[in-house]
Amino acid sequence: MKRQKKLVGALLLLTAFQSLILFAGFFAPYDFAAQDREQPFAAPTALHFIDPHGNVHFRPCVRNVEDSRQSAGAGRADSGHCFPVHFFVHGTPYKIAGLFVSHVHLFGVEVPGHIFVMGSDAYGRDQFSRFLFGGQISMLAGLIAAILSVSMGMIVGGIAGFYGGWVDELLMRGGELFLALPWLYLLFAVRAALPLHISQWEVFLLLVSVMGLIGWARPARLIRGVVLSAKQRNFVVAARGFGASDMYLLRRHVLPQTYGVMVTQMTLLIPLYVLAEVTLTFLGLGVGEPMPSWGSLLSSLQQYYVLSSYWWMFLPALLLIPLFLVFYTAADALQEIHKTVTL
Amino acid sequence: MKYFARRLFHATLLLLAVSIFSFAILQLTPGDFFAPMGLNPQISSRTVAGLRSQYGLDRPLPVRYGHWLQDVLKGDLGRSFAYNSPVTPLLAVRARNTLLLTGTAMLLAWLIAIPLGMWSAVHRGKWGDRVGGVVTSGLLAVPDLVVFLVLLLVAVRTGWFPSGGMVSPAFNDLNVWNKLKDVAEHLFLPALGLAIATLPTMLRHVRSAMIEVLEAPFIQAARAHGIAEWRVRFRYALPVAANPLISLFGFSVGTMLSASLLVEVILSWPGIGPLLVDAILAKDVYVVIGAVMLSSIFLVVGNLFADILLFATDPRIRVE
Repeated sequence: MKRQKKLVGALLLLTAFQSLILFAGFFAPYDFAAQDREQPFAAPTALHFIDPHGNVHFRPCVRNVEDSRQSAGAGRADSGHCFPVHFFVHGTPYKIAGLFVSHVHLFGVEVPGHIFVMGSDAYGRDQFSRFLFGGQISMLAGLIAAILSVSMGMIVGGIAGFYGGWVDELLMRGGELFLALPWLYLLFAVRAALPLHISQWEVFLLLVSVMGLIGWARPARLIRGVVLSAKQRNFVVAARGFGASDMYLLRRHVLPQTYGVMVTQMTLLIPLYVLAEVTLTFLGLGVGEPMPSWGSLLSSLQQYYVLSSYWWMFLPALLLIPLFLVFYTAADALQEIHKTVTL
Repeated sequence: MKYFARRLFHATLLLLAVSIFSFAILQLTPGDFFAPMGLNPQISSRTVAGLRSQYGLDRPLPVRYGHWLQDVLKGDLGRSFAYNSPVTPLLAVRARNTLLLTGTAMLLAWLIAIPLGMWSAVHRGKWGDRVGGVVTSGLLAVPDLVVFLVLLLVAVRTGWFPSGGMVSPAFNDLNVWNKLKDVAEHLFLPALGLAIATLPTMLRHVRSAMIEVLEAPFIQAARAHGIAEWRVRFRYALPVAANPLISLFGFSVGTMLSASLLVEVILSWPGIGPLLVDAILAKDVYVVIGAVMLSSIFLVVGNLFADILLFATDPRIRVE
């Protein structure tokens, strides 16, 4: 029961996080490419409840109109005007899930004011918005690669476990080979092979598919193990006795028994591939500007002055930790539940 | 002996597969190191073609692979286009640095993981073990990248440690003792980062392996015979728990290599990592292949070493 609760909790958190990313356009006050050159490296915006005239409001307001580069001097926050934060404001248009166009943002302030929840980067782009939009790219990479790995694993593991004999031997030896490969280096080699002039989307898709295809061996081994025991179960043997074809047996009786392993593998592989994408992009080998990804958000930290002077540039990195924690908790709980179910 | 022969055969097969794979994908795709020169109006197309034939890029792929393999067997990994020098000495220096880093980190990680893992296995379920469990799962969720960036931040902000490189500018004027001290200072942060990155997995494995062994009947028997507890743990339990740990060591060479690539770039340790990233961006094919091959060799040697260790420590394998 405790495990079920752990799993439900993790899944709820995960859903919340994912919908935040999926509806990035709504939750983000700005577009990911919107620049404000007057506001490079602005600190996270302070919210005020007392306006310059000393009146107390329940609606917070922001007072950061002037150039942040002159901020060292006096009167930075004393522009005299306080821009209140509004909810459900009209702003730049965006698409929800690539389909519907909308103008409504969860929150925002009137134009001369700014609201940078997580500060802004070197071009005055809102870090919070970029984090949400970047999540779309990074999570998509993880999802596509994980689906590719698991489906490859399902096909190979299913065939190897079901038919056995030399097919099994050959496929599993091949799998060992793939497991032993230094895959990050190989991924780099593949990146080196890509022509430099193809579009960002092509680079992204190619990298993601290569990542997914290299990683088939581990799920294949696990799925093969389940298939080996599944095909010996009485009802499967009985169905075979009634003359069921191999395809029917696999589809109807054997593979459904591997779903538990597949789901667990998915929850383990997604964060792994998200990290792989983040690492590649961080090193300048993944998706490039202007497409935001969690890797490109972190890559500015490679410059010493950014690292040591602007602490808020670290926030995206710190936000990744709870996300991965939730993923691993879900995977843990799934693994335990799965173990107790099969035993 | 048959066991070793089979292992060795597998290792060779693996290396061959890696070489064919990386050679094929790198050479089959359009564009090479000299492609950008073709766009330059100051360089005639004859010069570019001449350079290509000088480096053998105009011959068919299997021929090139054959030549390359022949050269590799003689210890020559080809020529770097960007450095205009043979790849082998270039990589050798970098490989030495990477080995120094990963070796130190490996030692550090195991020195922490074994006592700590044993301790939490013995005190299983007590608060110390629980806190340890929470901390390790927490650490597991921290991406390596973030660990390394935090270390870089520490180096930059405090100035206690050098923030990059392997030696100080004045290295050549130092005496032997100070030279060692200088390298150790530079080595500390990257090695610590690598150790932190690999520690959580190791700790978990050591703990679960020890728990399994401590529950075995022969341990109870040993305790019932009145053998001292420390002797039971170190002399009886640890050698039995060593088997899965040695296999883990073989695996961890791979993770260590991947992680070291990143730490080398972030903390500018002059290992294979930064060289590889630059070579990829410049399409310096033979350097890329050489680096990939070298890392596979490290991996294979690590695994072979683990196999030999297993063979030496576990009599059950010898019976097989």
